[in-house]
Amino acid sequence: MIEFTPRKIQSSFWAILSPIISIGITIFIGSLIFKMLSYPVMESLYQVFVSPFSRPDRIADIFVKACPLIIIGLGLIFCFKANIWNIGAEGQFILGTLCAGSFALLFPETKTYMLLFSMFIIGFIGGAIWASIPAILKVRLNVNEILVSLMLVYVAMLFIDFIVRGPLRDPMSFGFPLSKVYPDGAIISKVDFPFIGFLGQFHYGIFIILILCPLIWLFINKTLPGFQIKIFGSSTKASEFAGFNKNKITFYVLLVSGGLSGVAGVVEVSANMGRLQPEVSFGYGFTAIIVAFLGRLNPYGVVIAGIIIATAKLGADNAQMVLGIPKVVTGIFEGMLLFFLLAGETIQKYKISIRKDN
Amino acid sequence: MTNNLNAMTFIEVKNLSKTFDQFLANDSISLTIKKGEIHALLGENGAGKSTLVKCLYGVVKPTDGQILINGNHVTINNPREARSHGIGMVFQHFSLFPALTVSENILISLDEKITKKHLEDKISIIGKQWGLPIEPTKKVLDLSVGEQQRVEIIRCLLQNPKLLIMDEPTSVLSPQEINQLFKVLRKLANSGCSILYISHKLNEIKQIASKVTILRSGKVISSTSTSKISTTSMAEKMIGKKVKKITKISKNSFLNSPTAISINNLNRKKLSQFGTELKKISFNVKYGEILGIAGVAGNGQVELMNALSGETLGEPDEIIFEDKKIGNTNIKFRRSLGLEFVPEERNGHATVPDITLTENTFLTFYNTYSKNNNFLDDILLSSNMSSNDSKSIINDNDVRCPYSNPLADQLSGGNLQKFIVGRSLKANPKVLIISQPTWGVDIGAASEIRSKLLLLAKAGKAIILISQDLDEIYEISNNICVINNGSLSKPKITSKISAKDIGILMGIN
Repeated sequence: MIEFTPRKIQSSFWAILSPIISIGITIFIGSLIFKMLSYPVMESLYQVFVSPFSRPDRIADIFVKACPLIIIGLGLIFCFKANIWNIGAEGQFILGTLCAGSFALLFPETKTYMLLFSMFIIGFIGGAIWASIPAILKVRLNVNEILVSLMLVYVAMLFIDFIVRGPLRDPMSFGFPLSKVYPDGAIISKVDFPFIGFLGQFHYGIFIILILCPLIWLFINKTLPGFQIKIFGSSTKASEFAGFNKNKITFYVLLVSGGLSGVAGVVEVSANMGRLQPEVSFGYGFTAIIVAFLGRLNPYGVVIAGIIIATAKLGADNAQMVLGIPKVVTGIFEGMLLFFLLAGETIQKYKISIRKDN
Repeated sequence: MTNNLNAMTFIEVKNLSKTFDQFLANDSISLTIKKGEIHALLGENGAGKSTLVKCLYGVVKPTDGQILINGNHVTINNPREARSHGIGMVFQHFSLFPALTVSENILISLDEKITKKHLEDKISIIGKQWGLPIEPTKKVLDLSVGEQQRVEIIRCLLQNPKLLIMDEPTSVLSPQEINQLFKVLRKLANSGCSILYISHKLNEIKQIASKVTILRSGKVISSTSTSKISTTSMAEKMIGKKVKKITKISKNSFLNSPTAISINNLNRKKLSQFGTELKKISFNVKYGEILGIAGVAGNGQVELMNALSGETLGEPDEIIFEDKKIGNTNIKFRRSLGLEFVPEERNGHATVPDITLTENTFLTFYNTYSKNNNFLDDILLSSNMSSNDSKSIINDNDVRCPYSNPLADQLSGGNLQKFIVGRSLKANPKVLIISQPTWGVDIGAASEIRSKLLLLAKAGKAIILISQDLDEIYEISNNICVINNGSLSKPKITSKISAKDIGILMGIN
C-alpha cells in the first residue's frame, strides 16, 4: 500500500526547484520519444520549448492564447473551491459569446465602445444563465452538476451552429456558416505599442486579467463570501454548522463561473474573430479546468498556469508547422508536463512511503 | 519451578519496540499473559496500547523485540498468521457489512471453506455454549450494537482462539450488556482462553481483570495484580499526575429558576439510511440545570443535536427558547439569541481541519463581528477580532498548540476539544447544547471540560449534555433522560435513577 503523509515542514527550496525538475524530466523523456520516432531531437525540442519565446510577437501571442484560458480558469476557481464541479465552462463560453454577439449584430454601424461594454455584461449574463441550469437543478432537485453542465456543452455547440447557419448567417458569406462582421464598436483592437507597433495579436482584452486577478484574490481571501466558499468546499457539515446557506453558495459560484466564461468568450471573439462562427472556442472551457487545478485554485497561480499551457499549445503548433510532427505527439508533451508538475508538487507536499501489507 | 511457570504462560512479549519515523510508539515493552488470564491493558490515548496489540495481531510489524507463544519464538506477519497462532481480536470499530446477514458476514472473513448452512449451525451452537445468543440469518443492520459485538466475538471464537484481544469493548454498551459481556469473558477465561482487555475505564478493569499493565508514552509503567492497586493509583499511574476531583456544585438550586428552553413533540426524519427518526421528543431545561441525555450511540443523538442546533429545521413551536418559537430558525439566528452548540464530530463539523484556529474561531463568531450593519464590515473578514478571540480561547482553556495559530487538525483530539468547548464558552451562551464532549479525550482534558461545564451551570446557564459515557452523565448532570431508538424518556433526578434503570430505558433487559 502506498501511503501519503503530509510533510510538516515545506521546503521553499524544493517548491522552486520541483517545477524546474519537472520540466527537465519532460524534456528528457520527450527527446527520447522524438528519437524513437526519428525526428531531429534538438530541432524538435527547439520548436516545442524555445520557439514560442523566440520573437517578441510570438511571446505576445502566448498571452493571446492564454487570455481565454485564464479568464475561464479564474471563474472556475469559485466552483472548484466550493467543491462544485462545473465541467461545462465550454458551453457557458459559447452561450455568453452567442448572446453578446447577437446583441452586437443588432446595432450595425455602431462606433461607440458602449456597445462593447454592454456586450461584456450581456456575455456575463448569457454564461451565467447557462450555468444557472445545473445550479437550479442541483439546488432544487439535487441533480449532479457534473452531468448537467457537461451535457449542456453539446447543446450550446449545436445551438450556435444552428444560429450561424440559420437566423444570423451573413447573406454575403457565400454559403459559409458565418455571421456578419461585428460593428466597430464591438471589436477589441490590437495594442499599438509605442515605438514597437503591433505585437502579434496582442489586444486590449488581455488587460482585463490585470483587473480580474487581484479582485478575485481579494474576494476569495479577504471577504466573508470568499471564506464561505472555502469552508463549504472543505467541509459541508462545518459550513452548515457555521450557518452558511448551502444553496446560495452553490448557486452563486456557478453563476459567477459561468458568467466569467461568457466574458472570456466575448473577449476572444471580439478580439480575434470579429464575427460569430460555428467554432468560437477550441476546447478552452475544458483546458481551463486543467489550468485552474494546475494553478492550485489560486488566481495568480491560474495566470501562470494559463501561460504555461498556452506556451505548450503554441510550441505544439510550431512543431507541427515546421517539422510536420503530428499534434498527437506534441500532445504527449502537454500530458507529460502536467503529469510531472503535479507529481513534483505531490512529492514536495507529501512524504510517500510504501508499506507492505499481507 | 520455571518450567512450571512457562507452561502456564501463553504469550510473552520481550522488549518490544515500535517506531514510526522518529516517534517511539512502544518503548521496549515486556508483558506476560498466562493461560486463562484476563489481562487488562490500561493507558490514555496515544500511550501505545493499540500499537502493541496491532503488533500482536500482525497488523503492524515491531521494530525490535520478541514474541514468544508457548515458549517458542514467533514472528507474526499478518492477521492470518496471528489467527493460526490462536490469537483473535475484536476491534473497537466493527468491520461488518450492514446489508449482509450475520452468517454471511462471518463467512467472508473465515480462512477455511465451509457451507453457509453448516456455519449457521455452528454459530447457534457457539452462541448457546458461551451465552452469545444471535440469529444467524438476521441482517446486521437490524442488530443492536451489543449484538453486533457478539457477531465479532463469535467470529473469533470459531477459530478456537487461545488469546482474545478486546479493544475498548464496553464503550458502546449499556450497563446490562456490559454485565453480559463480562459473564462471557469469565466463562472463556475459565475454559483456558486468555483475554487481553484494552480499556481506560478503571472500575471495569478492577471488576473483570486479574492483572493490569499500565502504559504511558509507550512504556510499561506498572504491571500488577488488580487486587493490589486502587483505581485512584491506577489513574495516577496512567496520566502521570494527580487527578483533580470535581464536585457537583449546585444541588438542584435551579429548581426555582425560569425555563430556558423547552422542546415540544419534536419529530425529525432520519438523516441517512442508517440514521434514526426522532419521535415526539419533549423536555424542558431550566437555567442553572444540566440535563444529561444518555443512550447507546446511533439511537438518534446526531439527529437530536442537528434539530436543536438548527441544522435541520421543523415547526416553529417544536423548540421554544424563553418565549420565542425557534423550531424553524437556522443556527445563525439561534446563536444570536444566545444558544451555543458543540457537535459530536470534532473534525469536519465543529471545526474545519485544514484552516487555522483563528479562522475556526471566525467560523462561529463572524455574525457577532458584523453587528454595525456597515456593508463593508459585513463583507470583509475581521481577522483582528477573531485572532484576539482565538488567542484568549487558547489561553483560557490551556489548549496546547505546536506553534501559534496552527491548523485545527494539527492539535491532538483532547486539545482540539478543549478549543471547541472554549470557543462555545467564549460566546457566553445562555444555553449550551453539547454532544459527547469527552469522547476519546484523555482523562486530564476530560475533567477540565467537565468542570468548565459545571462552572457554566453554576453561573446560571442551561446545559443539555448528550453523552454515551454514563459515568460522565452521573458526574455532572442534575437530571437524566435516555434516548432510545429516537424516543426520549422522561427526565429523572440523577440521584433517583440507577444504572440498571438506565439500561432498561436503553431498551435492553
